[in-house]
Amino acid sequence: MTTQTAENVKLFNSGHTACAGCGLALAARLVLQATGPKVIVVNATGCLEVFTTRSPQTAWGIPWIHSLFENQAAVATGVEAALRALGRGDEARVIAWGGDGASADIGFGGISGMWERYDDVLYICYDNEAYMNTGIQRSGLTPFKGHTSTSPAGKVSLGNMKQKKNIPAIAVAHGLPYVATATVAYPKDLERKVKKAMEVRGPRYLQILVPCPLGWGHATSDTISMSKLAVETGLNPLFEYIDGKLATAMTVKQKPVEEYLKPQSRFKHLFRDAAGAEQIKLIQEIANSNFAKFKVEAVK
Amino acid sequence: MVAKRAKNILIGNPGTSLANKTGSWRVFMPVYDKTKCTACGMCSMMCPDGCVHGDKIKKYDPDYDYCKGCGVCAKVCPVKCITMKEEQK
Amino acid sequence: MKKVTEGLKAVAESVALCRPDVISAYPITPQTHIVEELAQIVADGKLKCEFINVESEFSAASTVLGASAAGARAYTATSSQGLLLMMEVLYNMAGMRLPVVITDANRAVSAPINIWSDWQDAITVRDAGLIMMYAEDNQDCCDMHYQAFKIAEDPEVQLPVMVNMDGFILTHAFDPIDFPSQADIDKYLPKFKPLDFLSANNPRSFGLMGGPDRYLETRYAMAETFKSITPVILKAADDFKKMFGRYSGGMIEEYRMEDAETVLVSMGSTISDLKEAVDTMREKGKKIGVLKIRILRPYPAAEIKQALSRCKRVICVEKAISLGGPGILAAELKSAIYSNANKPEVSNFIIGLGGRDVKQDHIFELVEKAEKGVCETEFIGLDMKLVEEMDK
Ligand SMILES: Cc1ncc(C[n+]2csc(CCOP(=O)(O)OP(=O)(O)O)c2C)c(N)n1
Ligand code: SF4
Ligand code: SF4
Ligand code: SF4
Ligand SMILES: [Mg+2]
Repeated sequence: MTTQTAENVKLFNSGHTACAGCGLALAARLVLQATGPKVIVVNATGCLEVFTTRSPQTAWGIPWIHSLFENQAAVATGVEAALRALGRGDEARVIAWGGDGASADIGFGGISGMWERYDDVLYICYDNEAYMNTGIQRSGLTPFKGHTSTSPAGKVSLGNMKQKKNIPAIAVAHGLPYVATATVAYPKDLERKVKKAMEVRGPRYLQILVPCPLGWGHATSDTISMSKLAVETGLNPLFEYIDGKLATAMTVKQKPVEEYLKPQSRFKHLFRDAAGAEQIKLIQEIANSNFAKFKVEAVK
Repeated sequence: MVAKRAKNILIGNPGTSLANKTGSWRVFMPVYDKTKCTACGMCSMMCPDGCVHGDKIKKYDPDYDYCKGCGVCAKVCPVKCITMKEEQK
Repeated sequence: MKKVTEGLKAVAESVALCRPDVISAYPITPQTHIVEELAQIVADGKLKCEFINVESEFSAASTVLGASAAGARAYTATSSQGLLLMMEVLYNMAGMRLPVVITDANRAVSAPINIWSDWQDAITVRDAGLIMMYAEDNQDCCDMHYQAFKIAEDPEVQLPVMVNMDGFILTHAFDPIDFPSQADIDKYLPKFKPLDFLSANNPRSFGLMGGPDRYLETRYAMAETFKSITPVILKAADDFKKMFGRYSGGMIEEYRMEDAETVLVSMGSTISDLKEAVDTMREKGKKIGVLKIRILRPYPAAEIKQALSRCKRVICVEKAISLGGPGILAAELKSAIYSNANKPEVSNFIIGLGGRDVKQDHIFELVEKAEKGVCETEFIGLDMKLVEEMDK
């Protein structure tokens, strides 16, 4: 029986209502496994918030707060300031997280403010590449030519017109001591990066790519393989910037982007005709340039 | 006590989601063949619902109370000892 | 000890005496001197407090929300556009039952952009779940702040409190202010003991989603709380009087209403103008008085109903407008007195928007108009020549 007892309540618990195969639910557990219990988490509105906390239940085993869609950074600032003011600085570290929409779009001003203030907060953007909670609308991190309900592929359009906004580069430009990308297919790498981020004081940024079977349109069992292919194709390079310098980048054998695009229905319009094939070439170029930039050996 | 009443709705106690048995969602169920299992722990690490438990001795089992039958564990098992079977309800 | 002080600086000093743990605010006229003064007080080491500079009012409100949820006494101040930018956070703060204190320097809302006084900003957030107090003068305003923290943090309340002061008219006025000593305020307002707060030692989840099965109950609990706040507000003032000798309190205040046939109803600094006009009219034999609404939320319906049970005529003098709707103070007041056996006629006038001077003659004019017949949302003090030009 799984009644709730002190032993079986974990930092992140089962019984949440994420879709089957949700990469985000996996990421949340992996992150907390790496941080341990001495954290306070501020969560923006979005899938993670909704599927973990339906009153009166919560999947969290750490202190957690949700306020709004776009104020997670400032709320985290307030929590962190309160801990300091009350002499509880050693009690916990503060983590703020939000989706790609909360992070790259609506909440970005607040995040930039928090980075500039140099608050001791680890900011995690979990990137499922669209507004999933509200039914798959595009965000600033929706990939080039991805179909979403507000960047639909149609007779004259082939999906999202813009490339992903480069938040890690913007984070580095803010002078953050630690900026990294990760994804769920590499849990050891993710764990190491979270731990590394927790060793650093000041603002830190971690962007975790989390496949979303519902929004991406892949089989629920393919969550890990999609995550892996995103890296292997070069579309989602994994790297770390420490004190503004590229410190590590994962080296992988490059695979063609089709292998990643094909199993996902959000790209199926690219496989219909010559116009689509042209777009795939452009996506391959994005991957190639990422590859050229980040195919570097780990710098010690 | 009126103020307290509101807070009782607004604040949740840790891990209370465990009362929500998401296993009822399942269409396909993962069946683990323990004779082949090497107890690598990959399935447990990768389960989006955090519902695979075990150790080197007991080896690994899914908790069907919560398993949604996504099939991730079956895909990542290096020795392919998990098979997805249609749920008999 | 009395000290001649500018309104905003007086508020800043009063807030500092309350020893907030976290302050975050963003500059906007006519509130700016509060942030500046508090920043200086902290910079001079006179107050141990985290003073957080943010990039917007939205973040200021969010920062104090987070601080309050983590167990800190938190304070912010704003005005007009800034208050509207905070609006989403204010609803959330109230819904989460966080006892933050907020000062609003009441100012007009754009367009056209206008930095001068009226009540439109705060009136717009009156349904958010904040306790709303309106200061008549700067001593009243300072005393309200000490009481505001006490009321907000009361275990039976647990809601944000907004203290409203009219922009420029109060914010920039220099008056002799009686400041209590730190030791006395420490006695009146002991250290904040939050009931529930974010803590690694008690890892609970705050701000859960409430579906159709539970949302109604949270709002019901809030509505019930508002019904029980009045005694807390009154007690805060009584305790204050016991300690400091002066009474700054009450839900409403009646002025020369004993035998009044006509009662002028308003809030904030406008009350002083009305009192002066009433004194003049009384000299001429008019039976007229003033009813001050000191607390707008919780709305003092019972007190108003009682106070207006004898008069013939009520005139609401309002510095905000619900465009396309009825007069805001008038509509609420009418509903409060509806069940009275004696139903006075109710007129309402819009005056002083965007800092337009309220002259004594304007008050005489509106009383005269109302005596001739009921007036609805009528503007007083318009420059008719300008209105005609605008039509060309
Ligand atoms: C101010 C505001 N605008 C819009 C919404 C509606 N909304 C809630 S979640 C969401 C999208 C969330 O997207 P993202 O941050 O990417 O998280 P995801 O759901 O994809 O995990 C939107 C648009 C809101 N709650 N608040
Ligand atoms: S929509 Fe996507 S991110 Fe949201 S719960 Fe479902 S799978 Fe997870
Ligand atoms: S099928 Fe999915 S939910 Fe079930 S045990 Fe395997 S990974 Fe976990
Ligand atoms: S992944 Fe396969 S081999 Fe490894 S523990 Fe799970 S069932 Fe056993
Ligand atoms: Mg998203």
